Amino acid sequence: MRVNFTVNGRPQQADDVWEGESLLYVLRERLGLPGSKNACEQGECGSCTVRLDGLPVCACLVAAGQAEGREVVTVEGLAEHARRRAAGDGTTARAPAGTSLDEARRWTPAPGGPGAQALSPVQQAFVDAGAVQCGFCTPGLLVAADELIERNPEPSDADIREALSGNLCRCTGYETILDAVRLAAARAGEAG
Amino acid sequence: MEFLRPGSWEEALAAKAEHPAAVPVAGGTDVMVEINFDRRRPEYLLDLNRIGDLYEWETGEDEVRLGASVPYARIMEELRAELPGLALAAHTVGSPQIRNRGSVGGNLGAASPAGDSHPPLLAAGARVEAESVRGTRLIPAEEFYTGVKRNALAPDELIRAVRIARADGPQQFSKVGTRNAMVIAVCAFSLALHPRSRTVRTGIGSAAPTPVRARAAEDFLAAALEEGGHWESGRPVPPSAARRFAELAAGACNPIDDVRGSARYRRHAVAVMARRTLGWTWEAYRAGGREHRCA
Repeated sequence: MRVNFTVNGRPQQADDVWEGESLLYVLRERLGLPGSKNACEQGECGSCTVRLDGLPVCACLVAAGQAEGREVVTVEGLAEHARRRAAGDGTTARAPAGTSLDEARRWTPAPGGPGAQALSPVQQAFVDAGAVQCGFCTPGLLVAADELIERNPEPSDADIREALSGNLCRCTGYETILDAVRLAAARAGEAG
Repeated sequence: MEFLRPGSWEEALAAKAEHPAAVPVAGGTDVMVEINFDRRRPEYLLDLNRIGDLYEWETGEDEVRLGASVPYARIMEELRAELPGLALAAHTVGSPQIRNRGSVGGNLGAASPAGDSHPPLLAAGARVEAESVRGTRLIPAEEFYTGVKRNALAPDELIRAVRIARADGPQQFSKVGTRNAMVIAVCAFSLALHPRSRTVRTGIGSAAPTPVRARAAEDFLAAALEEGGHWESGRPVPPSAARRFAELAAGACNPIDDVRGSARYRRHAVAVMARRTLGWTWEAYRAGGREHRCA
C-alpha cells in the first residue's frame, strides 16, 4: 500500500508498504532516515522515539498505515523544529518547508560544515555535557528531551526522570544525560 | 494482510461484521509487538485511529463514558477527580511514549491478567460497551474477563467505550514491579471506598488467570466498618480488621510462578497492598475524601 504523510515538514510518499509494517521501518528503510533507531521493537527502549502529531511515541508500535496524513518529526528534523519553535512559528509541523530528505541525509554533527545545519539546543547540550557514549539511544533521548523542554521549560529532576523513563541507555550514561537536559533547559531559560 | 481504515464508527462496525477475524488496532502497543515479533499475522488489521468518537469522553452525573481509545496520558491528566483509581493506574503504564498511545479499550481487548486498568475498573465499578451491527450491550467488567487473554467479546463486536462509575469516595491503586516505569505488574491491587452505599470494592491484577475482585474481603470490610460505626465516626480501621481484610484479599488470588514472581510472593504482596491501600484510602476519607495520595 501507499502511505502519504509529512516528515520533518515535508510531504512524503512511501510505496509498496506492507500492511503490518511499522512507521519505524518506513522511516528507516523506505525514506532513508536512519536516525530513529531500531532495537527492541516492543516499546521498551525508546530508541525509535519520534513525534507523531506532536506527541512522543515509539515509531516501532505505530502501524505505517496509521501515519497516513499525519505529521512526523524525527531526530533528523529536530534542529529545524527547534529553530522554528524559537522563531515563534506556531505552525512548525505544518509549514511547507522544513528539512528535505537530501538535506537530512547530508546532515552531519559538525557545526558550520558545508550543508550542515546548527544543532538544536538539546543536541548541543548533549555534546557539551558529554551525554553520548555509544550513541544508540541518543536520537530517542533527544526527541523525548526536546519535547519535555517544549512542554515544561523548567523541569525538575523528577520531571526529567519521568519524561525520559521510556528511554533506555545500555551504556548506563544516565547521569550525564540528566546533566545535558538540565543544561538545555537552563540555556533556554537564559535565552528566553 | 489488508489494512482496513474506517473513517467512522459505523464503517468500523460494518468492517468487523464483514471480517470478524480482523484485528482492531488503536495505540498498537500490544498488537504491533505481536506483529513485529511474528507472533501474529492477521489477515486484516482494522485501524481505529481515524474514529474521533473513540478519543472522547462524557462525564455524566453517575458515570464517565470513556471512549475506548482515550490514551492513558489524558486519563491521568484530565480525569483524576472523576476516576482517581484509573488515573493512578494510568500513570504506571509503560512510559510517556506508551501512555500517549495505549488506551483502556486496548487493555480490555488484550485482556491480559496483568493489564493495569483492570483492577481500578473492577474497584470503581465499570461496564464495557460492546457494539456490533447487531446492537449494543453493556458487559460488567467482572464478566468481561473470561480467561488468560480472553474476553467476552463476540467476533463481530468492538469496544466503543467503558462506562465507569464516578468516584464517590477515595480510591487507590498499587502495583509491584522492579522499577517505577516500564513495568509489567508482578501483581497489582486497587481499592475504592463507596461511602454512599457504604461498600468497598477491590480489584486484583496479575495474581489469577483473570483480573478478579476479592469479594470475601470486600464483604468482611464493609461489615466491619458498618458494625464499628466507622463511616460516621471516621475512626481508624482497627489493625485486626485491616489484617483480616489483607488475608482475605490474598485468599482471592490464584497466582502462578513465572519469570516475574512466585505465586507465594504474589499472595504476600497482594496482602501488603490491600493493607496499605486501605490505610491510604481511609485516611483520605477521614480527611474529607478529597485527598488522594499517590501509591
